[in-house]
Amino acid sequence: MKKTILFIEDEGHLQKLVTQALEEQGFLVLNALDGQIGLEKAMMQRLDLILLDLILPKKDGFEVLKKLKTQEQTKNIPVIILTNLDGSDYVQKALNLGATTYLIKANYKLEEIIEKIKRTII
Amino acid sequence: MPFKECKQLNLKLYECPSFLFVIMGIVTITGIIATYLIASVYLGPEIVIIAVVLVTLISIIIGHFVVQSVARIAQADQMKSEFVSIASHQLRTPLSSLNWTLEAIFKTDLDQKQLDYVQMLQESSQKMLKLVNDLLSVAKIEQIRFELQKQKFNLGNLIKQIIQELKPLANASNTQILFKPQNLIIFADKEKIKIALENLIINAIQYSQKHNKIIIKIRVRAHCNRPVQISIQDFGIGIIKEQQKYIFKKFFRANNSLRHQTQGTGLGLFISQAIIKAHKGKVWFVSQENKGTTFFFSLPAKLS
Repeated sequence: MKKTILFIEDEGHLQKLVTQALEEQGFLVLNALDGQIGLEKAMMQRLDLILLDLILPKKDGFEVLKKLKTQEQTKNIPVIILTNLDGSDYVQKALNLGATTYLIKANYKLEEIIEKIKRTII
Repeated sequence: MPFKECKQLNLKLYECPSFLFVIMGIVTITGIIATYLIASVYLGPEIVIIAVVLVTLISIIIGHFVVQSVARIAQADQMKSEFVSIASHQLRTPLSSLNWTLEAIFKTDLDQKQLDYVQMLQESSQKMLKLVNDLLSVAKIEQIRFELQKQKFNLGNLIKQIIQELKPLANASNTQILFKPQNLIIFADKEKIKIALENLIINAIQYSQKHNKIIIKIRVRAHCNRPVQISIQDFGIGIIKEQQKYIFKKFFRANNSLRHQTQGTGLGLFISQAIIKAHKGKVWFVSQENKGTTFFFSLPAKLS
């Protein structure tokens, strides 16, 4: 059974790049372009990992994270924050809300991000 | 703040704090002398009181303008920092997109010409990203939101890692980096110390002449309040005496023969110094034109 990842990110290009890279590694990727859709999709399927950006339209990333970590159905799914927002207060806030890892996109190559995702899922 | 800087900030003379301070000083001194003279001539207390009150009023009014203009300058500074921060954050998103797309292109089949072009794109976008990151660092430094996240790590290994990552840059100018591996555990902000070191080493590489070497040393001196000392020595073009006092200033790039051959934002040393100062350390250098420069920094890091 393929492992399923939900990717919540509003930038189309990034969606395409990361999805393609993950699919090449054998994962099934679900996309959500905003926080609301992200939450809905999270409730509909069994997920192995959620990738979450923080700056999102409709529902901001922190709100989504909070909801995911308090709902019975989704609270045990590991969440990796994938964002360009940096600042230790944001990182602390995300980790306190239950995120597993906080990655700043600009600091990593795509293959490094994929590696980290693989390591978290296994 | 001298008058020249007021001009640079587009401040009119009556808005310039230095000018206002001078006026206030003159008024106060004049007032005191006048009060004394008046008091010694007229024994009537009313005139003395009026004189004192007048002087006080004028000083207060001028003082008010001084405080207002200083406050306005501070606000403008703050807004500038915030703007830089917001703009840099926004710029990082398309830049990450760009970089990752280029990575993906590299994995496809490219002919030599395409490969060359894509490599040029990648270098340009990496430079852009470095500038954006530097600007963000500067904005953070100025907004006093510069917190340290300390951890224990091996400084020797970190330096080895940086040297490894900078190998392509060093090879491009045939520069050899000499560093005797040493194990030294310190307690500091690893990410920031890495940036501080990188900036210093990149400078050493860039300002070396071709076919030269850089020597990096770690020294631990016990019984000193800053026991950890790192030195980065290059044998390059050096820094002219007249320019030495500006070296750590923001956006300062020394006028020298390599100014146009090297790419730099002039932010590297400003950032390195801020990082080391935040760790309660010190940065300094010794330099001679055409002989070379050695940068030193010391840390009061706790050792294991």
